[in-house]
Amino acid sequence: MRIFGCILSALITIALIYVLNIQLSLSGNKTPRLGFFLSPQTGFWQSAEPINETFNGELKFPQLSGKTEVYFDERLVPHVYAENENDAWFVQGYLHAKFRLWQMDFQTYAAGGRLSEIMGDSSNGTNFLKIDKFFRRLGMVYAAEKSLHAMENDAPLKAACDAYTAGVNAYINSLSEKDYPVEYKLLNYKPEPWTNMKSALFIKYMGWDLAGYEQDFEKTNAKAFLSRAQYEALFPYVLDSIQPIITDPLPRLTHILSVKPPANVDSIYFNYKNVVAPANKPIKPNKENGSNNWAVAGSKTKSGRPILCNDPHLGLNLPSLWFEMQISTPNFNSYGATLCGAPNVLIGFNDNCAWGLTNAERDVKDYYEVKFKDSTMHQYWFDSNWRDAQMRNEIIKIRNKQNDTEHIAMTVWGPVMYDLHYPDKLNSNKYYACRWKAHDESNELGALFRLMRAKNYNDYLNAISIFKCPGQNFVFADKAGDIAIKHQGEFPAVWFRQGDFLMPGDDSSYAWQGYISDSLQPVMHNPERGFVSSANQYPYDPRIYPYYMPAYFSYYRGWLINRSLSSMQNITVDDMKMLQTNFYNLLAENALPVLITYLDISALNNDESKYLNLLEKWNLVNDADSKGATVFKLWVDSCISKIYGDELSQSSLPMPTIEPQAMLKNILKDSAKLFADNINTNETESLNDDITAAFKSIVPVLEKAELDKDFEWGKFKDSHVSHLLKIPAFSHLHVNVGGGVNIINAIGANHGPSWRMIVELTDDINAYGVYPGGQSGNPGSRYYDNFIDTWTKGKYYKIHLYQKDEIASKKTSLGKLIFSKS
Amino acid sequence: MKFIIVLLLVALLGFAAPLYFDWWSFAVTSFIIALFIHQRAFAAFLAGFTGMFLLWLFLTLIIDNANQHILSKKIAQLLPLSGSSLLLILITALIGGLISGFAALTGSLARRSR
Repeated sequence: MRIFGCILSALITIALIYVLNIQLSLSGNKTPRLGFFLSPQTGFWQSAEPINETFNGELKFPQLSGKTEVYFDERLVPHVYAENENDAWFVQGYLHAKFRLWQMDFQTYAAGGRLSEIMGDSSNGTNFLKIDKFFRRLGMVYAAEKSLHAMENDAPLKAACDAYTAGVNAYINSLSEKDYPVEYKLLNYKPEPWTNMKSALFIKYMGWDLAGYEQDFEKTNAKAFLSRAQYEALFPYVLDSIQPIITDPLPRLTHILSVKPPANVDSIYFNYKNVVAPANKPIKPNKENGSNNWAVAGSKTKSGRPILCNDPHLGLNLPSLWFEMQISTPNFNSYGATLCGAPNVLIGFNDNCAWGLTNAERDVKDYYEVKFKDSTMHQYWFDSNWRDAQMRNEIIKIRNKQNDTEHIAMTVWGPVMYDLHYPDKLNSNKYYACRWKAHDESNELGALFRLMRAKNYNDYLNAISIFKCPGQNFVFADKAGDIAIKHQGEFPAVWFRQGDFLMPGDDSSYAWQGYISDSLQPVMHNPERGFVSSANQYPYDPRIYPYYMPAYFSYYRGWLINRSLSSMQNITVDDMKMLQTNFYNLLAENALPVLITYLDISALNNDESKYLNLLEKWNLVNDADSKGATVFKLWVDSCISKIYGDELSQSSLPMPTIEPQAMLKNILKDSAKLFADNINTNETESLNDDITAAFKSIVPVLEKAELDKDFEWGKFKDSHVSHLLKIPAFSHLHVNVGGGVNIINAIGANHGPSWRMIVELTDDINAYGVYPGGQSGNPGSRYYDNFIDTWTKGKYYKIHLYQKDEIASKKTSLGKLIFSKS
Repeated sequence: MKFIIVLLLVALLGFAAPLYFDWWSFAVTSFIIALFIHQRAFAAFLAGFTGMFLLWLFLTLIIDNANQHILSKKIAQLLPLSGSSLLLILITALIGGLISGFAALTGSLARRSR
């Protein structure tokens, strides 16, 4: 009997270990290996960082050549003092990995279309294989290979990248399984060695985020259903009250490359009614990816020195995109927000100057319809000849499954994104190649690498001159008193509406005919008005600029920033904080009086009038407690759908977004009458009918919000900072804060000012900054999300470009790491 | 006395083994202890169970207290254990205890059946 007991007991033991040592399937998800995960010696408990943790140590590595000291200040910002520059990049790589390893690794898996390797083909309702296929077909890996080539041809940058990569790997190699960040344990995989290619992929991912947005398929569909007059009214190129970024000097109209549309453009392009809808919905970056930046000259400030401000609006995630650092080497001494994944200080300042970036918003991604000889895609028709296509095979590894391979035909335009294997939902058997500026070889990291060591205005101009894509508005200010802004990038010189719709791919005359020369992209330097600013609006006045600028420009933020700065004098840092966190709704100031004029008040019942009353009393500020902001937002959206919805829903195909400023222009210019009548009814609807119906239709939504106690704008909007894996427990949910699209302090649901910085260029630089996250990427650290409350309240931390002995004597420091050669 | 010694040995080797081997290597040490220091089946199980249960309870309590429950609350939401750190700690300790207990029981029965 006992032998049976023994065997039974042994089996139970082995079964327990077995079950707790594998990933179990639980409603479509995989659990971690529970025994390993829960063991206090190997599992997640190892990531539970003591709240009084300090960060001390002496580390020796053969790759280093001198000594580097790292002091952590009370917010866990490392201040790095290196004896030589490459050691500093090694240490930056090491520190990025120490605090953000999982995030860096995961982001490059996403960029390179490799998520299926770690997540499986689908998990928790997300189809990762689809996401991977999209990024592979878009040519992200192809683009990163070209970027890598450019980076590695730039000798000082290559040395920095090599040192950075070595630093990341030195940290990875110091880990045993129990030390891995908790996400690795949850998903049960291991960090892979870092490479310069991973840095290139990460940079390309940022390129996609900022220069990957377009609505070419949607616009092509709209063109098929709308008359040309309707199209121009809905998607106007020129708006009133334009506040371009560069007003002085105006572009010199010399060296103009003349671009002419092809002779057959009307029949083949404008009047060609083509509809298209990819079966796999394209993944698009957030349309609101944008930013504010400005610099005011000493003539307008109290201190007599320039002040520079920047807040990049991006997706809000945990771990945060940003990691604050000071890097001090014999060549430069710089502080700022760094991106984890490459050697850089992206937005910051040094001993002499400060700089900031906003997105140019230019559309540099077009599609061409390619005609292949047959479905093997070996040859395609181009300028009356058959031309050979190269085939690129992208192998996607899938966890626990066989590999999948995407065969992508490469044409003169670029990769064929849509083909018979990655089809069009309409089964039109068409092929579409993607021409994207981000596919071209360029060295953005090299530009940033030079910018962060700029000493003066000329250094700044030289540094950014090689920056091509994603186009950015670079703002600059220095201690000498200069302020400047430039709309920088290599943009195609295109004819009016070129590339807004799908173009024929068999005719080279539809190609981009060249790039806009630098002389037509003037820098605005020390203008008389005493400030420069940008908020993703038109760079130049489109009525006089010689080229068409296809883009997704923003409108109201730039207008309000300029209006505010124009009227301000004796500006202090506090004034700048107020402006950067301003919730005023300029769209409402313009639109509300107009919409109310068209509202048929007599048609409203008591309940409906109550909400109108709220709007009429509203102070036009989108703060967290505002009820008017909620009503206004819903009403504007509803007006757009009532006025234009019938025209655009003539087809079930995806259609472009209609902007409120376009609607407002239509109403004011009386061109809304082109759309007011609901084509689905017998009566003839007027604009009054549409706007009144729009108001009535939002009342049930408002009543429900009131019942659910989430009527106030902050609660209605329900902002959150989500973990990259969308794990609620690792996210910061229900952040009650104002903001919104078109608001300077543009906090959306999961998007907004991802880093706020203000730098006053006094002798001893007076700088402030904050981001919605924390320095540690570890959900078990108190430094994981500790800045969010400060950020929510619109408050800032004082930030310091310390001398080494200053910080060495601070008692509040969280520790000191010493790196040296072994 | 024997019970206490076994319990302490279980905890000691149960701590040491996973420093060098897999997380479950304490099962092997608990088995070996029970094989060489013989107790009746029930006592062996109880000593094996209690040794690891207390070790993991002790370790997690120290870690969790130093961390002021930041991570345990999040993991207890994720697993899901309705955010209860205490429940998570008890389940952790229970897993260590059960594996060790059955390993020790196996060791005890293996010796007597020889």
